[in-house]
Amino acid sequence: MSLLNLNWFKYAAPQRFYGLAGSLIPWFVVSGVILTIIGLVIGLGIAPTDHQQGDSYRIIFIHVPAAWMSMLLYLVMAFWAAIGLIFNARLASMLALSLAPTGAIMTFIALWTGAVWGKPTWGTWWVWDARLTTELVLLFLYFGFLSLHASIEDVRKADRSAALLAIVGVINVPIIYFSVKWWNTLHQGASVSLTKAPTMATQMLTGMLIMVFAFWMYSIAVALYRCRNLILERERHADWVKREL
Amino acid sequence: MYWSSFSDFIQMGGYALFVWGSYLVTIFVLIIEIALLRSRNKALRKTLISEIRESVRN
Repeated sequence: MSLLNLNWFKYAAPQRFYGLAGSLIPWFVVSGVILTIIGLVIGLGIAPTDHQQGDSYRIIFIHVPAAWMSMLLYLVMAFWAAIGLIFNARLASMLALSLAPTGAIMTFIALWTGAVWGKPTWGTWWVWDARLTTELVLLFLYFGFLSLHASIEDVRKADRSAALLAIVGVINVPIIYFSVKWWNTLHQGASVSLTKAPTMATQMLTGMLIMVFAFWMYSIAVALYRCRNLILERERHADWVKREL
Repeated sequence: MYWSSFSDFIQMGGYALFVWGSYLVTIFVLIIEIALLRSRNKALRKTLISEIRESVRN
């Protein structure tokens, strides 16, 4: 009963959320730093080399976490954008806007590390295969979301227009994810999936999953920080902001 | 530990350019993101505080 009695909407008020986010950020930072250290020690120091790719495979410890985050952050962003659109919830729209730059950065990292990994293993930095192309489309969706938002002066109008773009763009995410199954791509299939046992050595897998959690912590911390900036900016005329400063 | 020496570790089995090229760019990009956010926060606080002072004076 106590969970039901809790007022979950309490934190939908930007003022409350501002305080909550402020007290949560240090925890995400600390756990992010600890997980990164453990993940890198395992990935770069302890995990054995790969018998096919040699040590170039060690790019996986940032490539896969960044690629997963790029897709996940898009879904979360579109979710909050939709909530903001449907329920006219200010905070949800601010959350969506806070996630977009980090999502774009994760997409860039996935593409960059992919290119640098492709050169020694495929012999080329880039090919127009389905996986790479749809991930590039994801980067343009993030850019589109941000520039559309920036081009409209009235922020609530900007929130709504950008939300529509975000929602339409969701269709791209499953296409990225299943591209390696649907088409014959140069990109390898999933090494880790929900339906079958992973095809990786345990230490490699452990290092990679820890790095995935580290990227989660980073993304949450950074998005919360950006959301606090946005709240300050948009609520600048509220009395609590004046007291806060 | 997988490596037998520090220089082995740096050389990454001959893939140093690719492995470190990925890691360094990633770290660089994330540091830029954090730095931009912090400077935005500082600038915002400065503007808002001066706005508040202005409104108190008038």
